Amino acid sequence: MSISSSISTDTIVALATPEGEGAIAVIRLSGSQSFSIVQKIFKGKDLNTVSSHTIHFGKIVSTLQEKEELIDEVLLSIFRAPHSYTGEHAIEISCHGSRFIVQKILQLCCAQGARLAKPGEFTMRAFLHGKLDLSQAEAVADLIHSQSELTHKMAIHQLRGGFSLEINQFREQLINFAALIELELDFGEEDVEFADRTSLTKLIETIRNKVQFLLQSFVLGNVMKNGVPVVIVGKPNAGKSTLFNALLNEDRALVSTIAGTTRDVIEELLIIDGIQFRFIDTAGIRDAKDAIEKMGIEKTYEKIQQSAVLLYVFDAKTDTKEDVEKAIEAFAQQSIHLIIVANHCDKLIDFELKKMPSNYVVISAKKGMGLQELKAKIANLFHSDKTLQQATIVSNARHADALKRVDHSLAEVQQGMDENKTSDLISIDIKMALSALGEITGAVEVDKDILGTIFGKFCIGK
Amino acid sequence: MFPLYDVIVVGAGHAGCEAAAAAANLGSKTLLITMNMQTIAQMSCNPAMGGIAKGQIVREIDALGGYSGIVSDKSMIQFRMLNKSKGPAMWSPRTQNDRMLFASTWREMLEATPNLDIWQDSVNSLIVSRETIEGVRTSLGIEIRGKSVVLTNGTFLNGVIHIGEKNFGGGRIGENKATGITEQLVELGFETARLKTGTPPRLDGRSLDYSKMEEQGGDEDIVGFSYLDTEKPLNQRCCWVTYTNEAVHALLRTGFDKSPMFQGRIQGTGPRYCPSIEDKIGRFADRDRHQLFVEPEGWNTVEIYLNGFSTSLPEDIQYKALRLIPGLENCKMFRPGYAIEYDYFPPTQLKYTLETKLIKNLFFAGQINGTTGYEEAACQGLMAGINAHQAVHDKPEFTLSRSEAYIGVLIDDLINKGTDEPYRMFTSRAEYRTLLRQDNADIRLTERSYHLGLADEKRMFNLKQKTNDVDRIKEGMKTISFDLGQLDEYFNEIGTAIIMEKVNSIKILLRPNVTLLKLSTYSKELEELLRGVPRETIEQVEIQLKYDAYIEKEKELVMKASSLEELIIPSTFDYSTVKSLSTEGKQKFIKIKPRTLGQASRISGVNPTDIQILMVHIGR
Repeated sequence: MSISSSISTDTIVALATPEGEGAIAVIRLSGSQSFSIVQKIFKGKDLNTVSSHTIHFGKIVSTLQEKEELIDEVLLSIFRAPHSYTGEHAIEISCHGSRFIVQKILQLCCAQGARLAKPGEFTMRAFLHGKLDLSQAEAVADLIHSQSELTHKMAIHQLRGGFSLEINQFREQLINFAALIELELDFGEEDVEFADRTSLTKLIETIRNKVQFLLQSFVLGNVMKNGVPVVIVGKPNAGKSTLFNALLNEDRALVSTIAGTTRDVIEELLIIDGIQFRFIDTAGIRDAKDAIEKMGIEKTYEKIQQSAVLLYVFDAKTDTKEDVEKAIEAFAQQSIHLIIVANHCDKLIDFELKKMPSNYVVISAKKGMGLQELKAKIANLFHSDKTLQQATIVSNARHADALKRVDHSLAEVQQGMDENKTSDLISIDIKMALSALGEITGAVEVDKDILGTIFGKFCIGK
Repeated sequence: MFPLYDVIVVGAGHAGCEAAAAAANLGSKTLLITMNMQTIAQMSCNPAMGGIAKGQIVREIDALGGYSGIVSDKSMIQFRMLNKSKGPAMWSPRTQNDRMLFASTWREMLEATPNLDIWQDSVNSLIVSRETIEGVRTSLGIEIRGKSVVLTNGTFLNGVIHIGEKNFGGGRIGENKATGITEQLVELGFETARLKTGTPPRLDGRSLDYSKMEEQGGDEDIVGFSYLDTEKPLNQRCCWVTYTNEAVHALLRTGFDKSPMFQGRIQGTGPRYCPSIEDKIGRFADRDRHQLFVEPEGWNTVEIYLNGFSTSLPEDIQYKALRLIPGLENCKMFRPGYAIEYDYFPPTQLKYTLETKLIKNLFFAGQINGTTGYEEAACQGLMAGINAHQAVHDKPEFTLSRSEAYIGVLIDDLINKGTDEPYRMFTSRAEYRTLLRQDNADIRLTERSYHLGLADEKRMFNLKQKTNDVDRIKEGMKTISFDLGQLDEYFNEIGTAIIMEKVNSIKILLRPNVTLLKLSTYSKELEELLRGVPRETIEQVEIQLKYDAYIEKEKELVMKASSLEELIIPSTFDYSTVKSLSTEGKQKFIKIKPRTLGQASRISGVNPTDIQILMVHIGR
């Protein structure tokens, strides 16, 4: 059954802040009846006369019983249609953050004719009123769930239409390309100059590069959303778990001096410099005899495969530079950032410390020495990443999937051009690319745009 | 004097003739009314049929049992398969025709059609009662009763002809305009608007110097339009190509201050893809020349059609400018080019059957719907004629989908998107382009028309033979393989890598540049399989096998779009309650009442958000 039949008439209400106790809570209403519903439970100004984007103090009173009962003192933020998030009349009630008060106010609103909103319904209304396009609406969900500054930035950028803008640019370029191809097909008899294949090939190459760049950003965007995996590896007893705990400031992992204590992998989230990281502690790597430990080591290798950053921790007291180099050989071919961490450096004398290669990070997990430097080094890997410098990062799996199909179709176009296929066949692949792009922003009508481009640019007609 | 007709067709141009023929052939008692019996099936503009996308339409008309293909074949003076260097979906037949022979052939065929009466008169009003058409009234004051009426008025409704600063009423040069009908339809609630089109001057061929032009001959092999075995000419006439130059442009510019277009005397919109020469010079000022085609008007006439020089500038400017064109230095004009403005009715007021939404059993076809081109007009006439017959005999409507025919694309575009410039077909308008080819129109359409009762036994017989042969050959090829070395000579010749093992013949055919006919010369078995099979059928096998992968891809593309086609919008759906729709979207939906979300998405002025909103509202 559709939820729509009632959509434009109902007024919805919901708690906009997280459940639970807090200093304040915000309850939001949206719909044509927002003002009259709140008016019935509000002692203060006449809401019909106040203007949009103003805040008003007053009291919420229960009129359910014969005697009026004061529930809370609140602030009302007034938004008049269409100048609200949803595009409808809307009110935000800022009350004190007690579960009881929130429940009571929600009940009162419902008693006066509002109904509880379904998940995402405010955003859906915003979408239905043309306040957001599809990709923007998706960004709202991301924004709500963003846990670090960077994911927040990505979502905000998408919400402001940055991503749609970029996609529309591709679309425009591809339409131009399609127009050139179609020109040859529909106007083959006309006296117009047809684009030569070399420049068409170049154009496709340029677009494809950009699409791939965006796709790469998805790899990053995705890890950003879920936390960049940082895997801590090393031999048993190198102090991995101590480092893990020191970084996270808590006794999360089991620490002991018995080699092989960590038999499973342990993960924890940590935000450094606005980027969310997922630190993963692993079992030490050695030739284990214990079956359970063996499984732990297998898991370690699995995690290494999935990592974006690898922290190789070694005991600076016992291991030499040669030992380290030999050990990291196994990880060297992985396309991941490798940071070599020399632990137990509190126990080294100056002379030994100076011998340490400059790219090693010198720490003592136990004493908390060098941890800030290590954190900075990890964060810097990403702040200096080129993909992060660009405005648009793809973080939505649906978008990434569509872009993958765009890339695939463009590859077919390239192949078709290489094989000197006729334009009508190449055109099919371009249209597939355009259709995949359209899935992201919802722009569908292609042929009219193509013909419009042709008529605008070429002198057609006998 | 007149019986009660099943179908009355007003106008005897390409649309009217097809409509009358279809209705009469289906068994309707039909009357064709024309202002002038001498101008039945006039080619008012260029003496040619077909071309890119249009040639496909003519073949579709023929496959459905219309006459345009046969008439074009019988009256051609030149045949060319355009776009032969592209894939088979792009191949487009085009004929240069003898203008007079074309018209007389049409008239002979109409005269030979049973159930068809012809009456020379001008219709100036419709008889409408209770929102149903009941007949027409003519300028002679006669009331003719009919259960249905097909209006194919072309450019005649309030037509105004412009040449320089002169303008006068007329439906074609030398012919009267038609009045009264627009005014009555507007009163009945129809919307109307103006369009404009133009035509170039006609020249005296005896005054041209062809040695200064490039000759353009016809194809050696004449394919033609009809799937029936029409007689093809033994020899052909050639056309010529010449070009304008800066001097021509400069001279034409001296007449711009008298141009009805630039002076704003013409209000109607002209086609962007068929601009006048002054428009080309104005809009593409950087081009120093424009191509012109010098086309003979027939076997036995010296009259020349100057394709590419459509103009409404004053006749003396036309004349002076023409004389600056290579080969035309001493040219004489038979008549000047001119522009014509006429009424049309935005086609969003029509149903898929081309019946008007406002008046039951009243159908519109051709330029009255805002289209341009003989082929576009003819196919609408055919569909309107068929559906008028179906309607008055309580039979189901006959419509074609976008995946079945260019005709389906055309009508779907018209009734959903409407048009604000004369609408011409392009292959890029069809999303199923690889499927809608000129070589398979019979396979796509003939059987449907046969069941309708229009395509005859002969057509059905030809089709069955073709499809049986195709299936038999495709099946046979599965077991024919080529051995190592067997094709080395052939592959060296076409420059493709030789085979290193035994390979099946179908796989070999998929290679670029390999043709089935040539391949068969290297295999006794294959040669045997193809023996006695017409070349067109062999070509069909080749195309089907070679382009199968692309057709599949195209299908995938369209399936994605057509998932919207399956989302039915209830006919009772009340758009006015959906506040979030854009105002324009809402108005369009209310007016057009789309049946499906797919149809809704193709309405012009509707933005993607409107569709997404509708999707949410009809419950996904």
